[in-house]
Amino acid sequence: MIVDNIHIVYKIYGAGVGKGSATSALSRIISRRTSPALTEVHAVKGISFTAYKGEAIGLIGSNGSGKSTTLSAVAGLLPVESGAIYTDGQPSLLGVNAAMMNDLTGERNVVLGCLAMGMSKAEVRERYQGIVDFSGIQERGDFVSLPMRTYSSGMAARLRFSIAAAKTHDVLLIDEALATGDTAFQKRSEDRIRELRKDAGTVFLVSHNNKSIRDTCDRTIWLEAGVIRADGPTEDVVAEYEDYMKSR
Amino acid sequence: MSTVFEQRVTGFAGTDPDEGLSPAELAAKHGLSISGKRPSLPKYTRQLWSRRQFITSFATARLIAMYTAAKLGQVWQVMTPLLNAGVYYLVFGLLLGQSRGIPDFIAYLCCGVFVFQFTQSAILSGTRAITDNLGLIRALHFPRACLPIAFTVIQLQQLIFSMGVLGVIMLVSGQPLTMHWLLIIPILVLQSVFNTGLALIMARIGAKTTDMAQLMPFVIRTWMYLSGVFWAVSTFTAKAPHWAAVMLNLNPALIFNDLMRYALMTTVPESILPAHVWLITAGWALLFGLGGYVFFWLSEEEYGRG
Ligand SMILES: Nc1ncnc2c1ncn2[C@@H]1O[C@H](COP(=O)(O)OP(=O)(O)O)[C@@H](O)[C@H]1O
Ligand SMILES: [Mg+2]
Repeated sequence: MIVDNIHIVYKIYGAGVGKGSATSALSRIISRRTSPALTEVHAVKGISFTAYKGEAIGLIGSNGSGKSTTLSAVAGLLPVESGAIYTDGQPSLLGVNAAMMNDLTGERNVVLGCLAMGMSKAEVRERYQGIVDFSGIQERGDFVSLPMRTYSSGMAARLRFSIAAAKTHDVLLIDEALATGDTAFQKRSEDRIRELRKDAGTVFLVSHNNKSIRDTCDRTIWLEAGVIRADGPTEDVVAEYEDYMKSR
Repeated sequence: MSTVFEQRVTGFAGTDPDEGLSPAELAAKHGLSISGKRPSLPKYTRQLWSRRQFITSFATARLIAMYTAAKLGQVWQVMTPLLNAGVYYLVFGLLLGQSRGIPDFIAYLCCGVFVFQFTQSAILSGTRAITDNLGLIRALHFPRACLPIAFTVIQLQQLIFSMGVLGVIMLVSGQPLTMHWLLIIPILVLQSVFNTGLALIMARIGAKTTDMAQLMPFVIRTWMYLSGVFWAVSTFTAKAPHWAAVMLNLNPALIFNDLMRYALMTTVPESILPAHVWLITAGWALLFGLGGYVFFWLSEEEYGRG
């Protein structure tokens, strides 16, 4: 996977897309007028790197440094202002807001999620139990038969990671998705990330837990204010990052 | 202070043959493609076909969730079209006297309401298909056309329910059960294709223009008044200029309504249908089905962007 000098700019329109009355909606559509107050946030300013198959790369940096923005662009969910991102296959992004189909039960989410990823019904039936066991949400009662909106954020994140991890991915992007899980689950998911790497996938991990970055990634990229501050072996970069955070 | 350097995974390439290539050339050499790029139409269609089980399961799950939330549950599936028909009967049949000249007005009205309801709900749910499912779209990768199609499948499942009610209404109001009822099948097939296309078009528009969801009910109501749901359009076209009459008679929603009435009611003569009606209907279905699919696909990479 090659990321070539990408810039990402968020454009924020003052008014936003409120739900107004039908007449105001009509006038907005007809006049095509947007609020004159247009703010731009240059979130990513010229990032380049190359990632190889079988690599797990940590992505660190303070809040607002552009980690999530970069991963969204890699997943194709944000357009780049300039530059290009080349990947082998479709990257999958696991973000913090673990919503999938909130009004449906966990069981339905597992089945539909797997079908959406392209599995057949027979495959889903075969993997279903494994996914639920991996997520561990059944440990404290029969939660798979409850709607996902009743889950704690940690449980939702666990179930979603388990669903996504049931398939091998060419590129898997994990954006703080494991942070809300408990230690036992983090341990299991780190093992799973190592397996995914063995299947020649590339894994990106955003985490504020330096230990889990050290345990799973052998290379780390440090982003600060939209530019790469450092890119190299995890040990060196994380140590440098920790010094930097202490000095602030 | 920065430690930027190239790192190579062991076993990838000993001496570097990629030296001196630009990133774009390097990407081409290793068969990488631009991330998030829209697949070609045939490839997209293949991906969509491989998700057919997702589409049907998604539709079923949604339908169940929709009705378990309401206390009366599935009863609403029958109640909603009945209540609609009741309101229109009161206003147009009793108060405004539109029923004059239409034999078996209740059956006529219910048929129109139920058939138009199918198109109407396909449009409304299509408009929200992308915006209401951003979580799913951002979480997993699948051809986005699955969503508007699945929502049309939901509407079709509901319609089949309403058709059962309609059949009872027909028999109760004295219409005989004839071989003509078999025409329901081709009519519903064509209307489903037409509606799927409409839902795909509205899904793309609704994803870009969030205001559309507010505006659609008004557009739909206007269309309904033009589609002869509760009055016979022929009373108007008889007096209208020729070109206007032709335009009104080509209205696909009107054609679906009248076709269904012709199929179910012996009191509705073939003469209310325009010439070459099946050809026209198939034309509408193909035009919207294929056109809507391509129109939706053209924007595939942009759904889910905030
Ligand atoms: N949806 C958005 N609209 C506008 N600006 C945004 C949006 N999301 C993030 N930003 C801005 O982009 C910058 C990078 O944010 P982000 O990538 O979320 O940081 P990180 O994930 O590293 O904490 C921040 O300055 C933030 O304010
Ligand atoms: Mg973030």
